[in-house]
Amino acid sequence: MNTDAVLSFDEAMEKYDPVLGFEVHVELNTKTKMFSSAPNVFGDEPNTNVNEVDLGMPGVLPVVNRTAIESSIKIGLALNCKIAESCRFARKQYFYPDTPKNFQTSQYDEPIAYDGYLDVELEDGTVFRVEIERAHMEEDAGKLTHMGGATGRIQGADFSLVDYNRAGVPLVEIVTKPIEGAGSRAPELAKAYVAAVREIVKNLGVSDAKMERGNVRCDANVSLRPHGRERFGIRSETKNVNSLRAVEHAVRYEIQRHAAVLDSGEPVIQETRHWHEDTRTTTSGRAKSDADDYRYFPEPDLVPVVASREWVEQIRATLPEPPAERRKRLKADWGYSDLEFRDVVNAGVLDEIEETIAAGATASVARKWWMGEIVGRAKAADVDPGQLGVEAATVVELSRMVEAGKINNKMASQVLDGVLAGEGTPEEIVEKRGLAVVSDDGPLLEAIDAALAAQPDVAEKIRGGKMQAIGAIVGGVMKATRGQADAGRVKELILEKLGVSV
Amino acid sequence: MTEQNTSADTLIRLSAAQLSEKLRAGEVTAVEVTQAYLDRIAAVDGQVNAFLHVNAGEALAVAAEVDAIRAAGGAEAEALHQLAGVPIAVKDLIVTIGQPTTAGSKILEGWHSPYDATVVERLRAAKMPILGKTNLDEFAMGSSTEHSAYGPTRNPWDLDRIPGGSGGGSAAAVAAFEAPLALGTDTGGSIRQPGAVTGTVGVKPTYGSVSRYGAIAMASSLDQIGPVTRTVLDSALLHQVIGGHDPRDSTSLPEPLEDLVAAAKTGNVEGLRIGIIKELHGEGYQAGVENRFNDALELLKEAGAEIVEVSCPNFQYALGAYYLIMPSEASSNLAKFDGVRYGLRVLPEDGPMTIERVMGATRAAGFGDEVKRRIILGTYALSAGYYDAYYGSAQKVRTLVQRDFEAAFAQADVLISPTAPTTAFPLGEKLDDPLAMYLNDVATIPANLAGVPGLSLPGGLADEDGLPVGIQLLAPAREDARLYRVGAVLESLLEAKWGGPLLAQAPDLAAAAAETLETQEAK
Amino acid sequence: MAAINRDDVAHLARLAHIEMSAEELDRMAGELAVIVDSVKSVSEAAGDDVPATSHPIPLTNVFRDDVVGHTFTAKQALSGAPDSDENRFKVPAILDEA
Repeated sequence: MNTDAVLSFDEAMEKYDPVLGFEVHVELNTKTKMFSSAPNVFGDEPNTNVNEVDLGMPGVLPVVNRTAIESSIKIGLALNCKIAESCRFARKQYFYPDTPKNFQTSQYDEPIAYDGYLDVELEDGTVFRVEIERAHMEEDAGKLTHMGGATGRIQGADFSLVDYNRAGVPLVEIVTKPIEGAGSRAPELAKAYVAAVREIVKNLGVSDAKMERGNVRCDANVSLRPHGRERFGIRSETKNVNSLRAVEHAVRYEIQRHAAVLDSGEPVIQETRHWHEDTRTTTSGRAKSDADDYRYFPEPDLVPVVASREWVEQIRATLPEPPAERRKRLKADWGYSDLEFRDVVNAGVLDEIEETIAAGATASVARKWWMGEIVGRAKAADVDPGQLGVEAATVVELSRMVEAGKINNKMASQVLDGVLAGEGTPEEIVEKRGLAVVSDDGPLLEAIDAALAAQPDVAEKIRGGKMQAIGAIVGGVMKATRGQADAGRVKELILEKLGVSV
Repeated sequence: MTEQNTSADTLIRLSAAQLSEKLRAGEVTAVEVTQAYLDRIAAVDGQVNAFLHVNAGEALAVAAEVDAIRAAGGAEAEALHQLAGVPIAVKDLIVTIGQPTTAGSKILEGWHSPYDATVVERLRAAKMPILGKTNLDEFAMGSSTEHSAYGPTRNPWDLDRIPGGSGGGSAAAVAAFEAPLALGTDTGGSIRQPGAVTGTVGVKPTYGSVSRYGAIAMASSLDQIGPVTRTVLDSALLHQVIGGHDPRDSTSLPEPLEDLVAAAKTGNVEGLRIGIIKELHGEGYQAGVENRFNDALELLKEAGAEIVEVSCPNFQYALGAYYLIMPSEASSNLAKFDGVRYGLRVLPEDGPMTIERVMGATRAAGFGDEVKRRIILGTYALSAGYYDAYYGSAQKVRTLVQRDFEAAFAQADVLISPTAPTTAFPLGEKLDDPLAMYLNDVATIPANLAGVPGLSLPGGLADEDGLPVGIQLLAPAREDARLYRVGAVLESLLEAKWGGPLLAQAPDLAAAAAETLETQEAK
Repeated sequence: MAAINRDDVAHLARLAHIEMSAEELDRMAGELAVIVDSVKSVSEAAGDDVPATSHPIPLTNVFRDDVVGHTFTAKQALSGAPDSDENRFKVPAILDEA
């Protein structure tokens, strides 16, 4: 289907210098919508989280959600923006069936926050400053489902169905200034930038920040110019880039595609591109007929928002610790080495580990599970670790089962596979798969006696306090029980037997 | 039934204030009153066409409920609103549960709102029976009610003439004694100009005094719901029911209403400075209109008012600014009518059946010419490259008009002008000349641009055609009470001169109806 | 200020999603030209120093508390819909690919 030529990334980089730009839409997690009191809830039955305002019924009027304004100011402050003394909403006009009024209530020339920056840390610790142009408030559209086509895509559909539950959900759109100088690290920076924004809004508590649910959505602008030229090339805007990995891949792909177009001597077309996760390519988007004339004008049904400096300072005082500082603190709290901590950050499981620890695991156990078990599986499944579907509670349950001697580590890994395969809770899977360790001490004691008798010198060393020697005895017992024994319990019994207290 | 022998014909000619007294005194029942109006509608609305929908069943049920509460006595009866049981008609631009709301447009034919406008909720809370929904120019766009998709309303004073617009239905219903009270909406004069040409009272409150929630928007920054009545006191009573803060309208004024009824009852103009706006009379105004305006000034002067002349030089730009701002906002407000969520859906006759084409065909078939004209004009005024010259400039003129008002109100407590430049013109006369139609609103538009309140009351009949002339009073924003204070005085001075209400001089429609019937039968 | 012609009206009608016949475009262009001409004085009325007024009565910071209010059932939401399916509003195809 997609026949666009691409250049290799290295060749593209040899010839061209990429300029990036991002528009990140953040769905706020307010209880109600931006302009109506209908609930802002994901995943409910279609057209039930709506009232007359969300459906754009004749005669309705919007009223601004105070919490949404405060959340927007929080985001602005966290992005080091100036907060507008006074700003207004405007109507952005275009006809589309997911837009109930056929205009979107947004902000145009008066965003609530502007002129900020975000310092983004790359994998090797390099810090790259991304300048923020503005962060403005707007409302989300409803959800269209395209029917009758083979792929569920808009192309080839016979008709579409509209659910307005999402219509009116508060959004903050964060727009960067053009990002220059990233060079071949552009794809990596793209991912790191979106990850940083996601981290910030999650940390602020203003968004659920789940990319898989569309809470954070990225439109990525890419253009290329020959090295040494100042003027920007023509850009494409890739929409629907809804995972961190996809952001990286989409930017990389667009760089390669643009390079091929430029190499062929053709001009790049300024257009919207759609990202396809399955093929890891983009296709040309629909040309919006109204795209060049949105006829913005100040929303007459809403009055200006005046953010007094007192109010802004009050809000600033409530801001949580910024992520960079938080990372410093977590590293110290968890006692990870530099390398361990960077691996955790780069693997994108900082939040997951924090949640797992909060759910009751120790720092080392949480790290062991996420880095040792889950990250690898996510890589194999080609998704972000957080999107694999492993809950913090599951990890805690698994580790407790291991600690309790109910299963050993090897079995726990199998149970995790079962959880991911949807076989049920860890407990159910242990039951179903018959994975319980031998817990009757009788057979274990026999095996221990045998192992001690076989290696009397080792037993002597243990008695003498050389604890590391115990591995040889444990190994013997595990061998004798074909791995069914709980290593921890075996250790305890050996020490007991030898009269060693720890 | 009460033993009262007030005939139905007398009953329907009483003001709302009088009806309220009789109801509370137990001299009539709400059912009798409501039935009398329903009978009147049945008798004369075939000629007038003021109503698009008559809500007999619900109106009688509400009336019966009021009667039952009153009969039972006690706290609940005590708590009844003063206007409980007094019927009202509602302009069909205002949404109502249980009755269709069409906005006078084919695009909403048969649509039932799932929610009530705030003003309708307040009518229901006051237990005022809603007689039905009144005709209007489509989406309130017009000055004659000829742009209704459901046929024109006729002026009860002369059935071959227009009742004004857009709220011709509400004004005609009140003038023809088909309702004692009605609700209108006023964006550029749609309450006041119909009031003027039908000999009724109409008030455009201060912008934000009455909630707009549930009034189908034409121009959001100009629209305002207000009372249409036969007396100034009735307007104050109704304004008091529907007005006051509404959290669902962001532009609703936060402060409580002043006591408008008290203002209407304690009218006094002694020592008051009343300003004649130099730019809003004289050239372009019909001689009979000018004469009645001068009569009113004389009476006010005699009553002790000081008449001063003020100048509002920027009013010359008001009409132009209005015809940029109004269509701009309307083009946006009417975008929602697209055949997706409610109302009409029309499929294109040929070519691809995409949603875009269905929207285009639906809006082509569902909107009338005047609506299309204004949408296109508004789209133009907002489009890239023209915004600054058109919409932006018009918003600046708005500032200038506000400054003119500020300067004028520094010299005068209220301002006065004719409401409309002419009396009611014949049906069809200006239908093909949009610009001539727009000129009808020249005196009413400045108040909408500035958000200040305006009241139109009958000023008598023009010498040349014997048709009603309206006098407009204007007050500073949030000073609606002044309008009632001065309006009530002028009304009583004029009625003393006429020997009764002006509407008593209107032709007898019931007799005309009977005559028409006879003629038809003879054929 | 530029005069308004038939092509302008055709473009505006597309933006406004109103299909118009050739005759309608001609008629509308004529009528709008007259109206636009009559309002052109507006652009010269105010100097650069005059601020624009978007709201007749100046209010600021009108907010609603973030508290859930009423909602419709899907049936109520769809009660006026010209077409629906699976509790959703049904619309014709968005792209023309038939």
